[in-house]
Amino acid sequence: MSSDNSKSQGNSEIVANNISKSFGAGPFAKEVVKDCSFSIESNKLTVMIGPSGCGKSSIIQLIAGFEQPTSGEITMNGVPITGPGKDRLVLFQESALFPWMTTYDNIMYGPRARGEGGKESTDLADFLLNKVGLEAFKDKYPAQLSGGMQRRAELARAMINKPEIMILDEPFRGLDHMSKELMWEYYAGLYEEDRNTNFFITTDIDEAIFLADRLLVMTNLPTSTRKVIDIDIPRPRKIDDVADSDRANEIKTEVMTLLHEEAMKSFSGGSKAAADFLEAYSKRSG
Amino acid sequence: MSLRTFKENLFSKGALRGIAAIVIFVIIWEVGARSEQIFGFRVPFLGLVPPPSSVFVSWGGLIGEPSYWQSWYMSFVRVFTGFIAAVLIGIPLGLFMAVNKTFYGMAFPSFEVLRPIPPLAWVPASIIFWPTQEMSIAFVTFLGAFYTIVINVLGGAKSINKQFLQAAQSMGASQWDIFRRIIFPATLPSIVVGSAVGMGITWEVVVAAEMISGGGSSGGGAGGGLGFFIWASYVGGSYEQIIVGMISIGIAGYFSSELLRQLGGYLTPWLKTR
Repeated sequence: MSSDNSKSQGNSEIVANNISKSFGAGPFAKEVVKDCSFSIESNKLTVMIGPSGCGKSSIIQLIAGFEQPTSGEITMNGVPITGPGKDRLVLFQESALFPWMTTYDNIMYGPRARGEGGKESTDLADFLLNKVGLEAFKDKYPAQLSGGMQRRAELARAMINKPEIMILDEPFRGLDHMSKELMWEYYAGLYEEDRNTNFFITTDIDEAIFLADRLLVMTNLPTSTRKVIDIDIPRPRKIDDVADSDRANEIKTEVMTLLHEEAMKSFSGGSKAAADFLEAYSKRSG
Repeated sequence: MSLRTFKENLFSKGALRGIAAIVIFVIIWEVGARSEQIFGFRVPFLGLVPPPSSVFVSWGGLIGEPSYWQSWYMSFVRVFTGFIAAVLIGIPLGLFMAVNKTFYGMAFPSFEVLRPIPPLAWVPASIIFWPTQEMSIAFVTFLGAFYTIVINVLGGAKSINKQFLQAAQSMGASQWDIFRRIIFPATLPSIVVGSAVGMGITWEVVVAAEMISGGGSSGGGAGGGLGFFIWASYVGGSYEQIIVGMISIGIAGYFSSELLRQLGGYLTPWLKTR
């Protein structure tokens, strides 16, 4: 593997090679990731989808460097990941905006923490505030923002750091459907603007297909890569167009079938989440 | 507060209820205390207490007495000396225990053994330790607030959402920056709560310490603090003054807590928005 830093198309920026991760030790050890290999390509939006509770969040902890794999290796541009760094920024499932800072101070946190709070950063903060539609809310505290606004503020707070790769862990979970679709458009717009490397985890098939360049479908616990699908729907995408697109529906059926098989496996293993999925699946196909 | 909002607050339902309750309480007290004259028998408990009217008369006489205000002043000085020392030592200690595992391992067991010892149990020992009576009282007062502040700060700093730390880390923040701009503000609400509770305990402790130690070095009744004021009134048989002293402490405690509430609100503006 080359340790080349260039971001040419198709370059694998992050490579996970046969990684496994267990929590706990001895007879109580629980394996959440097993012999899992995948790559995140430069300047693409890679979406990882899998049944809920399948160990996707653990993969994020590993890529971010908050945890180390039990075996195997994750490399970034050929260099093994040993700890957190500002080249890999994580957007968590629940809002991690600092409650004691205003929207603006939250966005400026990264630059100020690195001593880069100058005009270049404040200009970028203003630009991003405008981009995510929060100019009027820059002096509000997070508790004064709606759920969707909080997620947008967090997107801006991450993007101001110009990370080489943005990692998003089910960032729009818990939003109502309308806010969610609005967030897809905001987020896709931001992504299309600079085409940075993005890694996005979700359990929502529509979200996955609307956003992804590449889709990684994961198996159930302990998780590994089941299939990689290239989403060749042209950008910029419109939500209605994607909903009507034959190609999108084809992919959706394929992904549903894969996830259904995975859910069947874990349902026989007694998983409540899998039972929920199967019920929803049978309603849909019936 | 403008005069108008002041009037609105004064005549709001909540305020009127509060005033009505106090008025009713004072009437019951007055009637109960004079029950022997009115009904010919003594109501239990209240019949032994001087009536509010004579308490107010006695209070009116004291308002002009410098020694009465000296008692206020002395107790305030002791409460704030002890309290400020507890804040200055307790907050850094609690924070340091929260962020440093080695120090936590060393300090926490001794801290937990010392904590259950009531501050008043320290009175004799601190009279022996400290060169002046004044210092012993301040020390005991300090202990009253100290443990509460440390335990609150420690608990607050340890329960910080892990994602705040991870988010800051992944944005390239240094350890010092994480401490200064994440851990410290995240702990501020607990610091405010711990201080408010600590302040309450300081007043409890200072009064008892003044009674036990005989009012400090200035002695002679004057300048002995509100606790000694009550004790001296009891010894001198002036029951009205005992109650004046008790109410004075209530008012003093209320002002101290209100001051802390205002300060706390100013330090944690984001909590008001919830």
